[in-house]
Formats: sequence, C-alpha cells, structure tokens
Amino acid sequence: MVLALVEHEAGVPEDSSLEMLTLARGVAEETDEPLTAVVVGAEAAGVADDLGTYGVETVYVVDHERLDDYAPVAWATSVDQLAADLDPDAVVAPGSTRGHEVLAHVAARREQSMAANCIEVTTGEEYELTRQRWGGTLLEEARLGGDTKLLTAAAHEVSAEPADSPTEPAVESFDPSLDEEAFEVRVTRHEASDVEGVPLGEARVVVGGGRGVGGPDGYDQLEELADLLGGAVGASRAAVNEGWRPHDDQVGQTGAKISPKLYVACGISGAVQHMVGCKGAENILAINTDPEAAIIQKARWAVVGDLHEVVPELNESIRSAN
Amino acid sequence: MDTLACVKRVPDTGAKIVLTDDQRAIDTSNLGFTMSPHEECGLEEAVQIAQDTGGTATALTLGTAEADEQLRTALAMQADEAVLLETEEREWGPLDTATAIADYVRETDDEYDLLLFGTESADNGNYQVPIHVATQLGLPVVTAIKHIEVEDDTVVARREAGGGEEVYELETPAVVGVKEGLNEPRYPSMRSKMRARQQEVEQHHPEPGGRDRLEMVRLEAPEQDEGTAEILGEGPEATPRIVEILQEDLEVL
Repeated sequence: MVLALVEHEAGVPEDSSLEMLTLARGVAEETDEPLTAVVVGAEAAGVADDLGTYGVETVYVVDHERLDDYAPVAWATSVDQLAADLDPDAVVAPGSTRGHEVLAHVAARREQSMAANCIEVTTGEEYELTRQRWGGTLLEEARLGGDTKLLTAAAHEVSAEPADSPTEPAVESFDPSLDEEAFEVRVTRHEASDVEGVPLGEARVVVGGGRGVGGPDGYDQLEELADLLGGAVGASRAAVNEGWRPHDDQVGQTGAKISPKLYVACGISGAVQHMVGCKGAENILAINTDPEAAIIQKARWAVVGDLHEVVPELNESIRSAN
Repeated sequence: MDTLACVKRVPDTGAKIVLTDDQRAIDTSNLGFTMSPHEECGLEEAVQIAQDTGGTATALTLGTAEADEQLRTALAMQADEAVLLETEEREWGPLDTATAIADYVRETDDEYDLLLFGTESADNGNYQVPIHVATQLGLPVVTAIKHIEVEDDTVVARREAGGGEEVYELETPAVVGVKEGLNEPRYPSMRSKMRARQQEVEQHHPEPGGRDRLEMVRLEAPEQDEGTAEILGEGPEATPRIVEILQEDLEVL
C-alpha cells in the first residue's frame, strides 16, 4: 500500500496534491498495491470523490476536533500512527510547505531520512529516485532505503493525470491519539497579506522584470501591464539584489515557483536559476534587446526590443482594446 | 536571548554549474563558495535578536575544514562565536547532520534560547535538518518562516500561506527554519572582516552515524526545454500581434 497525504482547501484538493497523487499512483501500480489517501481537517471527507478520479481506493479522514487548525506535530503524529496501523510501503506528501514539514516530522519521529522533491520513483527493496536539487537546477539520482519509504513529490513537476479507471473510494475515519504536546506549535491566527493584488504564486499572468528594467522606477510600466492583465509582478534575483524589488517578488531557485498561464519576461536574461522558478509557466513571452538571450530560446513568443519602448506601447494598446 | 545560527557552505548561487566527470559532485575548481542564502538570513536574524536583547549569537556549521571561510564571514557579520563541526566528507545526510548538531547543543555548556536554520539548504534541499534537531532535543519547531519577533520568552513567527500569513507562537527554547527574504543580511565591513580573521573558531569532530538511508548515486543537469520562439517583431511594432495573442491564444484579455 502507498499512503498519500492530501492537502485540501475546504474539501477541494490542492493542485500540488493531485500532482503528488499521480506520482504516488505510479509507485502503487509498480508494487501492485492499493493507493490510499489521508486527509486532515474540517470538510476533509468532501475530497473523496475528487480522489477517486485519481485512483485512490480508500480515504482515511483524520477525525479530531482540534485538527481544523494546522499544527505540524499533530498532523505528523496522525499520519505516523495511521502509517503504523497500515504499514504502507511508502508515505508520500506534496512538496508544499506543509507537505515537507509534516513528512519531515514523520521522518524525525521514526529516526530516518525522507527524500524531498522527487520527480521519478522506481520501487524495489530500495527505491531508486530522481529528485530535484538546487531548487531544480540539478537532478539527483538517489537510493532510498528503510521499511517505509518517506518522500515528497516536487511541485509543478509531475502533471496531474486522472487514473485510467476511476474508483469510488471507501471513506474511513481515523481517530489519532494526540496529547497536548502535539498542539504546542499551531497556527494561532491567520492574517491577511498587506500586499495588494493577486499573490504571485496564484497569478494567471506574471510580468517579470530583470536587470534590463534598469531601476525601481522602471517597474511602474510592468505594474501597469500586470494590472491590465489581472496579474502580478515578479522579479529576477539580479533585480532583487539591486534592491529594486522586495524578495517576496523573486522568481527562481531560492524564490517563488510560479505556474501562470502567461509569463511576460521583461529584460530577463534567462539564467537557469531563474528558469527553474518559471518553468511551470504554460507560455513565456520574452521581451529582450538581446536576440541571443537564453530566455528567447525558452520562450514561446519573443519581441526583440527595449522593454521601455515595448511595454508602454503595449499598455496603451490594451487600454484601447478594453 | 542567546541564539545559535546553523549555516552551510555551498557553491556560489547564480554560478554556471558544471559537474565533475563522475557526476557525483559539482566541479568547484572555477567556483566560489558562499553561505546558503536561507541560512545567511537566519544568521542575520540571530545577530539582530542577540543585539536587541543583550544576548549572544553563535554561528555553527558542519562541513570540511574549508567551511571555516563561512564561519569567518559569520563572525564578520557580528556573530559573537563560531563553531565548526569538522567532517572529512563534504556531504553528510540530513539525519547524521542533525544528530551531530543536536549532540553539540546537548553537550555544550552554552544554553541557546533560539536555534535558527534555513528551512532547506540551497544545494541539497532536504527540508528536514531543523525538524530532526528539534525532535532530538525535544524543542518546538516551525519552518518556512519569513518574519520573526521576539516577545520575552515567546517567538512569534509568520509564514506565507494562501495569499496571507499564518502566525505561530513558540515558547523558547525553540527551533525556527527560515526562508530567504526574512531580512536583508548585512555586508561586513573591511574592519570586521579583519577582526574576524583573528577570532577563535571552536572545533569539534563528530563521526557520522551512518543512519541515513538516502544515498546519492549521481547528479545530472535537467534537460532544457529549448523552444523555438516565434519572433513577434522588433520593438513596439510587435504590439498588435501581442494583443492578438493575449485575446485569441490566451484569452487573458
């Protein structure tokens, strides 16, 4: 059996969890074992139908009145106890903040290591893995041992593919034994972001600016374009290092990983460290003065020209078109 | 408040990465080294908290003798003390690394109120060393933190979630894994670099426990998607075609 930790928002599974389930289903099929999911929190039972689409045969709903708010140790203890009952071949979680954190806690409780950000898994006595390193700049082939393998799936790497034969999952309730210590660290409150507009990670359009923008003022045109397209502004590491944009805007190896429908890369050369942040983009439109820039090799569309001339003209045309 | 910032020596971020012939490491013959960016922010935070609260900041690294360079940088960034857990091999697994750090913390006479780590190292991205350390020491831990405030014996830590922030409150002693962007690490002055060269670095020599079952076989560069971009034009003349694409191909207008 493969046990997969599925994250959801009010009963709707997160995209990164569906991607992870696709990887986990591959592991389950290879071992000829069922794919089982564990979900935590309020409205968790609502995900069962969606998970059937991805081939999950049983959904365990962790039933505890204090688990509606996230608490890493309580979540990890629940997954660990369920795994102790079910004795799966592997426990898989999404490569999200919570997925990494919860599975690392499970690993720590079991005094073993987990493999983070896997993109391919071949099963066996030891698993042979391909996992991302350097934020995806490099791949590592690795071997993972242990009775129960613990791994996370890299986000935006494996596309979410429904199963050939959908299932109607059985829904089981699991009541973990949790003491007060398990809730020592928990979300005490949520606060709305003071950043206006669409969050970078969720934007359908991202307008990114690099060294070619030339200074903080140059981003005004990019902000305007992002506004007109209902998107967000991103930046390369070079621009952030110059102090032109806050780190929160950074797209790349140590910044945000984005997956918009369109990434408009303005004055960005396209270094590999930046590209690992935007390779989830469905389409890239590059605007660059250098026709040899790496970004132009990687884009679907390109304009060879100065962004300071192209973007204002584009903004004007979009306003007219609207 | 006495803080311990655990940092890692990694090849320069942003450099062109070339692998060794056996593909088991990055060829560093033409490459500089730096402190992993997430941990550099952890160190900066440790120094600021120590200075604001009248405590101390200690920088610690586990690595080969060359990692002394990153500890000197940490001292130049106003860390009060530096500790090297010296190893023969450049790369230790996450469980062995965490165990050596937890053993050091347990055995030292210094009692740290706050242990800061990068949530993941820039090179390995294992996402678990701070959590293993905290679990072995029985301390509360939270990771992926982008903002820290200290209020008496409580650490208020925030992280991004769903367009907003999740707020955590941890009683010290505690472990926090941070992300780059937490703060703006200072550039050490020439004078502080000179002084750092003279400071003592405490040395220990932990042995690997061999408990990690995650073993690297080889590294490879991922295949690049070399698209053949459609050139829409030169300069502003391309605008009508871009608008057409936005309206018809992408339907974002």
